[in-house]
Amino acid sequence: MHSPDRLDATFAALADPTRRAILARLASGQASVTELAQPFAMSQPAISKHLKVLERAGLISRGREAQRRPRRLEAKRLGEATRWLERYRRLWEGNYRRLDALLEELKAQEKKWET
Amino acid sequence: MGDLKVATPSDREIAITRVFDAPRKLVFDAHTKPELVRRWLLGPPGWSMPVCEIDLRVGGKYRWVWRHDRDGTQMGMGGVYREIAAPERLVATERFDEAWYPGEALNTLVLVEQGGRTTLTQTMRYESRAARDGVLKSGMEKGLTASYDRLAELLASTR
Repeated sequence: MHSPDRLDATFAALADPTRRAILARLASGQASVTELAQPFAMSQPAISKHLKVLERAGLISRGREAQRRPRRLEAKRLGEATRWLERYRRLWEGNYRRLDALLEELKAQEKKWET
Repeated sequence: MGDLKVATPSDREIAITRVFDAPRKLVFDAHTKPELVRRWLLGPPGWSMPVCEIDLRVGGKYRWVWRHDRDGTQMGMGGVYREIAAPERLVATERFDEAWYPGEALNTLVLVEQGGRTTLTQTMRYESRAARDGVLKSGMEKGLTASYDRLAELLASTR
């Protein structure tokens, strides 16, 4: 998948609380669909649907074991996405605090010119 | 000076509102003069703005590039000025080099001054509702960000 589309798919996948919970579970080790379905009051097909979304977004992959096909977390992909999230959130919070300081400086300069 | 408020005025827009304790002429300058912009529009700690080019006229382009001082990561964006009414209104297109939302956004900066204070409203209009939602989901909602943060922490601790 082309990178911007993929990033979009990643964010869409992360927007759902069940899918975030699945990722959190997989962060502590790989798990089968049955194991993943246990903590949620959800049918296996419903969980499978979420897993498909996560897989398409590149956030998880399937193991080789024929029977269990355990899912595991693709940490690199998730790391990429969270880096973007952090960048964006901090951008505005931190920026405006710096702008406050700059404006104080500019106001002081203007006063100097007036006198 | 006051809290940063985030609203969704329509299904394709996000609006950020913030009050500054300064006349709007100064706030406008801080958004349009490169030597001022690169002093505050820097993002998280450790980032600087090696490129800040602004051709402030209708149809003129701007080009901004941020760089992480330690690992050298770069993030660039730019666009074209569509409307300029100093010191109250500025409209420009926005597109990131490494697109993290589909298409192009249209940013409108409105500055309202009252009693020496300026209320800034920055409205970002995206090409589609899906693009807007993608940006919202990507961390402008605090609760969501918090859960991503926890997830990231968890991830870091298991690596």
